[in-house]
Amino acid sequence: MTARRFDPSRESDTWPAWWRRVRGLSRKEMIQIVRDPSSYLIAGLMPLLLLFIFGYGVTLDLRQVPVAVVVENPTPEATSLLDSFHNSQYFIVRQYAHRAQPKDDMLAGRVKGVIVLADDFSDRLGRGDSAPVQILVDGSDPNTAGLVLNYAQGVWSNWLIQETFAHANLVPTDRLKSLVYLEPRYWFNPDARSQNFLIPGSVAIIMTLIGTLLTALVVAREWERGTIEALMTTPVGVSEFLLGKLIPYFLLGMGAMSLAATAAVWVFDVPFRGSIGMLLLVTALFLLTMLPQGLLISTVTRNQFVASQAALIAAFLPAFELSGFIFEINSMPTPVRLITYFLPARYYVTSLQTLFLAGDVMAVLLPAMATLATIAVLLLGLLILKTRMRLE
Amino acid sequence: MATRLLAEVRQVTKHFRGQTAPAIDQLSLSIAAGEVTGLVGPDGAGKTTLIRLLAGLMLPSAGQITVCGDDTLTGTNQLRHVVSYMPQRFGLYEDLTVAENLRLYADLRGVVGRERTEAFERLLAFTALAPFTGRLAGKLSGGMKQKLGLACSLIHTPRLLLLDEPSVGVDPISRRELWRMVYELVDEGIGVVWSTAYLDEAERCATVLLLNQGQQLYFGPPTNLTDRAAGRSFLLQNLGQSRRRVLSRVIRRPEIVDAVIQGASVRLVMAEGAAAPDGTTLGAPHAVVEETAPRFEDAFVDLLGGGPKYESPLGQAPDDVLTEGQAVVEAIGLTKRFGSFTAARDISFRIPRGEIYGLLGPNGAGKSTTFKMMCGLLKPTAGSARVAGQDLHRAGGAARRRLGYMAQKFSLYGDLSVRQNLDFFAGVYGLSRQRKRDAIARVIDTFGLVPYLNQNAAEIPLGFKQRLALASAVMHNPAVLFLDEPTSGVDPLTRREFWLHINAMVEHGVTVLVTTHFLDEAEYCDRIGLVYHGHMIAQGSPDELKDAARSLERPDPTLEDAFIELVEHYDRQAV
Repeated sequence: MTARRFDPSRESDTWPAWWRRVRGLSRKEMIQIVRDPSSYLIAGLMPLLLLFIFGYGVTLDLRQVPVAVVVENPTPEATSLLDSFHNSQYFIVRQYAHRAQPKDDMLAGRVKGVIVLADDFSDRLGRGDSAPVQILVDGSDPNTAGLVLNYAQGVWSNWLIQETFAHANLVPTDRLKSLVYLEPRYWFNPDARSQNFLIPGSVAIIMTLIGTLLTALVVAREWERGTIEALMTTPVGVSEFLLGKLIPYFLLGMGAMSLAATAAVWVFDVPFRGSIGMLLLVTALFLLTMLPQGLLISTVTRNQFVASQAALIAAFLPAFELSGFIFEINSMPTPVRLITYFLPARYYVTSLQTLFLAGDVMAVLLPAMATLATIAVLLLGLLILKTRMRLE
Repeated sequence: MATRLLAEVRQVTKHFRGQTAPAIDQLSLSIAAGEVTGLVGPDGAGKTTLIRLLAGLMLPSAGQITVCGDDTLTGTNQLRHVVSYMPQRFGLYEDLTVAENLRLYADLRGVVGRERTEAFERLLAFTALAPFTGRLAGKLSGGMKQKLGLACSLIHTPRLLLLDEPSVGVDPISRRELWRMVYELVDEGIGVVWSTAYLDEAERCATVLLLNQGQQLYFGPPTNLTDRAAGRSFLLQNLGQSRRRVLSRVIRRPEIVDAVIQGASVRLVMAEGAAAPDGTTLGAPHAVVEETAPRFEDAFVDLLGGGPKYESPLGQAPDDVLTEGQAVVEAIGLTKRFGSFTAARDISFRIPRGEIYGLLGPNGAGKSTTFKMMCGLLKPTAGSARVAGQDLHRAGGAARRRLGYMAQKFSLYGDLSVRQNLDFFAGVYGLSRQRKRDAIARVIDTFGLVPYLNQNAAEIPLGFKQRLALASAVMHNPAVLFLDEPTSGVDPLTRREFWLHINAMVEHGVTVLVTTHFLDEAEYCDRIGLVYHGHMIAQGSPDELKDAARSLERPDPTLEDAFIELVEHYDRQAV
């Protein structure tokens, strides 16, 4: 039955020989992708898994952090502030009567911060003295500590404003000089949902994985199985061989990006404010920096296991940690920050976050794309130099 | 037919980085169109390197190579259109079907339209692969892969065809078909270079290059080399005692360059100028000495300085010596079905203590299935495999501890050192503490592994890899040894060394079951079972099988003739 499908005369002979070779190699590569279950895992399942992890599992927002509130003298004001903490969605409150009591909880990590309303809380409040509230935070986790501090101050400020309006006669208005009414507005991400910038960032991580991990395997596989030897003795040239590898994985990458972007918008409700054209363009440029990197690793190592490890270390980890996807680049030490300038993922993360949350902001996108294009040209050049149609 | 010069190698040397000795050392030769040039020599002689140099896959460190008028350095692009090369593993994409592989190489070689249709028809008929175009290349048998590899390299008819060990792991019938195909190509005027470890194949070439350590030992027609052993080859018949014992004795005599077992006899090659052998001096007074026609292999081993000349130190008897004459290994009605397909049907045989039994058969005949059931690696659908009377599947551990198993391609851990490999296998066989230390120390001593203990197994010379594999299999003194194609792709000298050890163990009561494609190796067996289409179609000693194939046209058949005759006879009956 297979003989019927197999009709060699269908092949047209009007194409130039080099294109026929490229097409033949690309077709071979695509058949291999389709028949190899691991390519589904990496290109299909892994993106979805990562999206779900970043979409549901990881959040940089603070919700329901356990804190201790010490009320040393339960005056009406202190009780009212305590209630405010109770009502806050950010905290789970354990209540104590003495400031020495929560120390053990803090040591054991059961609470992340202690808010002390001292004995003279109402007195000082009445006099308008500064800092009637003491906030202690667990500095071993600086990120959470900072958030706890901010949110606790927010609760305190809010309570103060409410009190002011409720009991306008409590303190004279001229004494409320510290009470500046702050109403924060988060541009581009009004709900301050961390998913909104994590998910576009994770699309960049997914593309890094597909772009380097899959391609890191393909040349090494030809070496391991000895097929490259037979290939080298045919009239295939270096650029034809590379095109035959790049085209299928370029298409696969674009497909995976579309899948991930669709899931981001439809499943995770991330807004998309840019244009699809720009998304495709910037992704294409990014892929052209990733694919040569993978092929280069593959060509140099000639061993699938080593190549996959090298791809993880050289591409995936830096993209994860240094692209600004999770960790703020501006807060990195200078040497590390300098390294990030050479990372294609950095420009892609920025572009994606801009496209999703802000729109086609050319002032951001054009420099990023120019840098990506430069890196792509350099890596492709290096790849052509390193690829030989000989065994040595 | 006037021979045309196709390729010329002039004073070529090839060095590899990190190696002191050159892989190819000042080699000069010419390759003619319209004939087969054979490339023979021990492993590591430089055969593959020479073929890669001819294909332009590597460049010579010194000297010059011209192929079809173009220098391999400057004319690589022209070369690619006239030279085809089939690497050792055939260069096939195993996850592509037969048709997809052909189509890929047609695309790459620019064969299109009518030409493509015709090429596919011609090649599918030529290789008889037409019914299998939709099958994945990885699912083909060894012989079919080899044919497909050949078809892929012939999509565009080349002027020079380079074949690197095309017949390794391929059964005699497929080998014979491959030779038929190659002769057809040669008749069309194509030049073929064929590298091989099988010396009977060298006899079929028009010209032979014998390489050793990158140097040319002989270049010319194989018969001229064979003639050098004329008058020096003898058969020692009617020994009246164990041929293995005779062999181990004569092998060390200075006037004998080579000795091997051939059926019930021992074949001897005398040193140049030595007198004809005499049974009495050789310790076999009743033996009949008969001069026989020399083979290429006789001259080959002679030229390389003779076979191993020492006694195997593997003298120790197995821990659990079994009663003399008792069947140690027994297959009773072994049957294995995979779904509706019966891979092995009602296979029975018995191997008495201290005998070697060989399982032979074409690729995909059920030989490996049978072997795996014997080892307890595969559960039989019906019947049983017994070792010392115990069913392997019921007794499990106890019966299995009496087995030593050496898998194809040695199955060593290449990234572990020799010592770590030994440690690992000692653990696998359940040796611990003092017994483990003793066993490892013993095999290191026996097989002379000391110089390589801390090197990775992948990096040691092939002869030592073989010793290490055997050492790992016999560390626990097994009473029974199972060998799966133990010397596939191994050169004749390394093979002789291997059988030296096996023979010594068998003389001490070890029982051996071996599978092989290599019919000279089958001569070492006491009995042979021929498996075909899942059936045991013939059993007997090598000489009995040869007798079955004896005819007026073929008064002195080889074991390979017998093999092919028996298989064809079965096919005729089946029709």
